[in-house]
Amino acid sequence: MIELRGLRKVFGDTVALEEIDLSVPAGEIHGIVGRSGAGKSTLIRCLTGLDRPTSGSVAIDGVDLSDQAGAEMRQARRSIGMVFQHVNLLDSRTALNNVAHPLQIAGVSKAERQAKARELLEFVGLGDRVDNYPSQLSGGQRQRVGIARALAAEPKVLLCDEPTSALDAVTTDQILGLIRSLRDRLGITVLIITHEMSVVREICDSVTLLAGGRVAKTGKLAEVISEPGSDLAKDLVPLPPVGLDEGDTVIVEASLAGSDLPTVLGSAQSVGVSADSILAGAVETIEGRQIGRIRFTVPGADKSEELITALEADGIYAEVALK
Amino acid sequence: MNDPMWFDNPAITQQMLPATIETLLMTAWSTGLAVLLGLPLGIWLFTSSKSGIKARPALYRVLSLIVDITRSIPFIILIIALIPFTRFMVGTALGWQATVVALTVGAIPFYARLVENSLREVSEGKVEAALMMGASNGQVIRQVYVPEALPGLIGAATVTSVTLVSYTAMAGAVGGGGLGALAISYGYQRYQSDTMLACIIVLVLIVAVIQFLGDRFARVVDHR
Repeated sequence: MIELRGLRKVFGDTVALEEIDLSVPAGEIHGIVGRSGAGKSTLIRCLTGLDRPTSGSVAIDGVDLSDQAGAEMRQARRSIGMVFQHVNLLDSRTALNNVAHPLQIAGVSKAERQAKARELLEFVGLGDRVDNYPSQLSGGQRQRVGIARALAAEPKVLLCDEPTSALDAVTTDQILGLIRSLRDRLGITVLIITHEMSVVREICDSVTLLAGGRVAKTGKLAEVISEPGSDLAKDLVPLPPVGLDEGDTVIVEASLAGSDLPTVLGSAQSVGVSADSILAGAVETIEGRQIGRIRFTVPGADKSEELITALEADGIYAEVALK
Repeated sequence: MNDPMWFDNPAITQQMLPATIETLLMTAWSTGLAVLLGLPLGIWLFTSSKSGIKARPALYRVLSLIVDITRSIPFIILIIALIPFTRFMVGTALGWQATVVALTVGAIPFYARLVENSLREVSEGKVEAALMMGASNGQVIRQVYVPEALPGLIGAATVTSVTLVSYTAMAGAVGGGGLGALAISYGYQRYQSDTMLACIIVLVLIVAVIQFLGDRFARVVDHR
């Protein structure tokens, strides 16, 4: 559904995006993560045709946006629904007329577009707020209106640019739940740009990590997350930060990928490292598999090597996390 | 104050009402025309500016220069300089109809600049959102910029209108009619302090009413 091939974008002397290849099949929720300046915003602008790629292609549902212009570009944009961090509703319009706006732009009659907008507002749970202005709605309600608006022209793809970054935790969960139900009920393809790892963990099927304008890692969430020793996995399943006090203590971190908790604990036990030595751990079950990391604190370098050897003998990836 | 002549002279009893009506007509016509012509000019200025949706820096500089030159000419000089143009437009250089021509010419660039600034207040995100929905530039102007900036555009029209009231008074010095003419020819030249005072009171009232209505109207359309 979304196909990026060799996408490159240069601003003056700065390379914003380089060799971006990305493919998102229909009906999938794909997350794009990366730090500020990693190229996330440029990627979105290239996807929507607001910026033209320096080279490479951007195809949505087989239509290459990078070689469209004028009326055709405007037509092509209607196959993309866009959800913004700051929602960008028009203050001069009611919720109903904001949702109807994409249809107004497309030339749909007033009665028809208002009926559709009403239906969409019902769908996002705001059937009783149709006549409210954005200033009369809460942040979460505004984002719901924004999502309803993005759906109005029946797009095949929903692009979400940091859709929950301005919302509190509870509202974030509600909005993410709504996005997931859109995919489930409408079969829409969703691309979420975010810096919040929790968002990726919560709803993404697959994920791409951008760093320095390049794809640093991409794949199914379960695979990426279970890859031993990967930085993205560490970001996705974070452990609380730890400090070290005693001189000789070493922290060994074992990855649960491809294994499970009892195996790791058994392996540690076999070299005399008991469950008491667990300093921190994060374990999640994704698609029926246990994924996460366990940190053991062990006295001295010799013991840590012994533990790592024992874990690796059982096929568990382990490394010294702190010395 | 017990002087029976006080406020009882013909300048007030007979000329005050027609002069007030003339001032109101001048203000209304010139505000209306200035908004009608200044709005598109302001939109043109804004869209062609560097951050506009159709940036054309050379055009912007030319438009901007014309606007600045017109605005920097003192109004009283502008009226005189425009006399041939005024004669061409309305057939005379005297009376309130003639003054409307000069007032409008003076107010168009004034209002256009205020329009440009109001449009600049509309957040870029709203414009991008509309563009991503497939809106054309014309649709972005009609459906995003103007409605979103409407409270500001009304405020700008109010400021323009208030400024025009004082310009009508200046026009009175060169045969423009209205309360300004009355105040100058009776209040000043014939030392009728009561006429002067009455003109001032009415002018202040007119300005107060315009400001009140403008604020009211702006508040009604403001949903921010």
